[in-house]
Amino acid sequence: MALTEPTVEAIVHREPPRGRSLWVDARRRFLRNRAATVSLVVLVLIALFAFFGQFLTPYDRATVDFSLIGINAQQGYPSLETRRYFGTDMEGRDLYARTVQGTRLSLMIGIVGSLVAVVVGTLYGAIAGYVGGRVDGVMMRIVDILLSIPFMFVLILLLVMFGRSLLMLFIGIGLISWLPMARIARGQTLSIKNKEFVEAAIATGVRPLTIILRHIVPNLAGVVIVYATLLIPEMIIYESFISFLGLGVQEPNTSLGALISRGAAQLGNGVPWQLGFPLFFFVTMLFAFYFVGDGLRDAIDPKDR
Amino acid sequence: MTPLLEVEDLRVTFETGDGPVHAVNGVSFALAEGETLAIVGESGSGKSQTAFAAMGLLARNGRATGAVRYRGRDLLGLSPRELNRVRASEISMIFQDPMTSLNPYLRVSEQMAEVLMLHKGMGRRAAVAEAARMLDLVRIPDAKARVHDYPHQFSGGMRQRIMVAMALLCGPKLLIADEPTTALDVTVQAQIMALLGEIRRELGTAIILITHDLGVVAGFCDRTLVLYGGQIMEEGPTDLIFARPTHPYTLGLLSAVPRIDREEETLLTIAGEPPDMSRLPPGCPFFPRCAFARPENETLRPPLVRLTDGRRRACNRPVEEILLAREAAQ
Amino acid sequence: MSVATQSQGQGGGGETPLLSVRDLRVTFEIRPRNAWPWTPSRRLRAVGGVSFDLAPGEVLGVVGESGSGKSTLARAIVGTVPAEGLIRFDGEDIARLSPEGRRARRRDIQMVFQDPLAALNPRMTVGEIVAEPLLTHFPRTPRAEVRRRVGEILERVGLLPSMINRYPHEFSGGQCQRIGIARALILRPRLLICDEPVSALDVSVQAQVVNLLRELRRDMGLAMIFIAHDLSVVRHVSDRILVMYLGRLMEIAPARALVAEPRHPYTQALIASVPIPDPVLERARTHPVLEGDLPSPLAPPSGCVFRTRCPKAREACAAEVPPAFEVGPAHRAACLFWDEPTPAFGRAAGAVAAAAEGAA
Repeated sequence: MALTEPTVEAIVHREPPRGRSLWVDARRRFLRNRAATVSLVVLVLIALFAFFGQFLTPYDRATVDFSLIGINAQQGYPSLETRRYFGTDMEGRDLYARTVQGTRLSLMIGIVGSLVAVVVGTLYGAIAGYVGGRVDGVMMRIVDILLSIPFMFVLILLLVMFGRSLLMLFIGIGLISWLPMARIARGQTLSIKNKEFVEAAIATGVRPLTIILRHIVPNLAGVVIVYATLLIPEMIIYESFISFLGLGVQEPNTSLGALISRGAAQLGNGVPWQLGFPLFFFVTMLFAFYFVGDGLRDAIDPKDR
Repeated sequence: MTPLLEVEDLRVTFETGDGPVHAVNGVSFALAEGETLAIVGESGSGKSQTAFAAMGLLARNGRATGAVRYRGRDLLGLSPRELNRVRASEISMIFQDPMTSLNPYLRVSEQMAEVLMLHKGMGRRAAVAEAARMLDLVRIPDAKARVHDYPHQFSGGMRQRIMVAMALLCGPKLLIADEPTTALDVTVQAQIMALLGEIRRELGTAIILITHDLGVVAGFCDRTLVLYGGQIMEEGPTDLIFARPTHPYTLGLLSAVPRIDREEETLLTIAGEPPDMSRLPPGCPFFPRCAFARPENETLRPPLVRLTDGRRRACNRPVEEILLAREAAQ
Repeated sequence: MSVATQSQGQGGGGETPLLSVRDLRVTFEIRPRNAWPWTPSRRLRAVGGVSFDLAPGEVLGVVGESGSGKSTLARAIVGTVPAEGLIRFDGEDIARLSPEGRRARRRDIQMVFQDPLAALNPRMTVGEIVAEPLLTHFPRTPRAEVRRRVGEILERVGLLPSMINRYPHEFSGGQCQRIGIARALILRPRLLICDEPVSALDVSVQAQVVNLLRELRRDMGLAMIFIAHDLSVVRHVSDRILVMYLGRLMEIAPARALVAEPRHPYTQALIASVPIPDPVLERARTHPVLEGDLPSPLAPPSGCVFRTRCPKAREACAAEVPPAFEVGPAHRAACLFWDEPTPAFGRAAGAVAAAAEGAA
């Protein structure tokens, strides 16, 4: 005998029953990125703060302490003793409670905007890209037209016309957040649909919708997740800007943007904490999101493999 | 007489996120002036990295040790500047994909003339004329006019010809061709190989041909070096290696390719897959797939021994045993 | 006159063919980038009038270089590319089938692709990939039955059933190609179309896959269309070989006859270009070199598409598309002068030296 026939045994010896999915690989690479990992921890802490922070204080965000009005700079400073951790604002309301609620709102705006983008944008883009031709042309021109409308202007109009409400803010942000996502998803779809595994599915007779959902969308996931992560801070900035203009959430609710706006207005009055605390959370959160987004991009789409 | 190129105990290691990858593990060979040497191997055999290391073209995370002496001068110790001079005028390289070395935004004439102006101090007009002459030499029809075209205006085969022409610009003594025909059709491959053959015969250029295709090697190279897992399995005169392979891997490779001039019933195969370079076995790299394997070679690497007929091989089995197996297979 | 009107020499003897292709044409509309909506698009004829029959259990090799239209031919038969002409499978005209009927027909024709890893969805497990055709055509198959059949077919192609929960990237190229073959075979098709199934694999692994395909064909009575650019491999697996150039059929013949007595000058050039891994033989062989390049498929030559590179070409070749002449038993060649000897190809050796001297 010279050489063995194709032997199965030689090809496989070791057999872990569970496969190592691409996600597991990505997680490993992500965790190796220190800045991203630290940022993720920071984000988790901020989220905990935003959703459970109110249980650590006896004050709520709306109650006005009339005794503090006017002597804020002297009496309303941050102190563990009075349990005014972040001090009070001009109306004598507890800034800690307000920051907790503002952070929560900003986070939610970001996440909701991003979620809408992920669901609507991905499907829209995947369908346009997969079907192609005239359908693609029409669908993408619609996106182009919507993108060319100055969104901030429309959002402000909406808020002015229908009144300032949280719902309106969510609707407004959701309306535009998916547009760039649709473009990204379409671009990716165009390259995925030429892959042989899609062709294999077509040749087998798998239906188009199933192909989109089973073969296209999961392979978009990497790019979509990265972009969605980077979209969150963008949405937070939008909301803050609106609130900064005084058009965002209504009292007694607040958001980081509104807090920063009011804090900035008091900058010369000896109450730096009114700007400092909201700004700290705002900036930290944005940085963390960007680092996590970058980390995800490197982890999910490693070019050097 | 010193050989043209002498590679001694060349080792190449890449630092990756998953630990070091040992691509080349102690390769030594020598090449005389005007000689043709084939480096044959599969993916992961280290054949391309051997050449890249010699040319100082390793990726940034790669490190080469050992010695690569060109006319007695060690290239591994040279500064990038000195190495550039050697690369331009003494050793040239052509790649599998010509577009990796052609700038798509520059006319062919500009790219070729630049080399000549830089290294030979020619004037622009003379350099362009020389470029056109080189294109004609590699048989690009209507070379005088086409030298002013952009790379994308040429077909794949033509681009590879342009690469050959560029490689020959400064009259190198050694041409390293890394899978020069792998991306090409067979009829175009025949054209390019014929061209390389003429260059060797008529310009006396020594050529190292790196390939996985044994057929291409057979008609072209004086000597053949078979690499596996970054180590030399067998090396010697091409005729001997093909007629009487004495290493199980060489034997397996030769038996696994169908031949147009024969009718085989079933192809003999090498079991298993090419090795994972980040997890090479400590012994003979071919051990897991070898039909002749001896248990001790799982941990013990057989030395590269010179045989009386002038070849070298790294295997512990007696030569006769493998020759017998070949006869039985045919 | 076109190729289709000629009599068809068949290899399969008297049996009714499994697949019968007549005058198959595939044309792509190429729209220039950023064109105005009213700019007419250019027509690229990828396959122009190819006819052949395939008997049940027969293997037809298709060779040709890049741009020969061999992959497009495969895709036209599988149905992923729209084609004109007649494709009759098992006596049924595929074009006349309802969309549902065509979907059902796809069970019988499966495909294996060139790039083993790209042909597998990286987000799906091996089990899901292999089961997909089964669940597409028989969505009600019980889970246990799916599992059993997936395991069975994996074992058949030389993999372990315990691999079902792993992902494609955990496998080597050869193993991925086996997974692709398992997916193609789980429905027990009658025709398997292999598009360059081994050209992306390492030499030592190619033989494993080639042997596997030959075994499967023998055991399952599969008919195959085996497409490759490597004539040695095609000849090794095929009963008959079809040679294509620029979308047209050049020659079709039983494998042995084609290699031993090629009648078309293109086939002759192709065979002469294939290197043989034997130094003594190889040095003794004269290597006629085919001059020039493939013409642009957007503007193919009139008449015989090979005439621009053909050493035999003369005026008559430009006038009409040569029909496929019956040149031997089951042997057709599309050359007007097939019975004349072919002169040597190429420029004389030594041209390089002359050019080098001229400039020195």
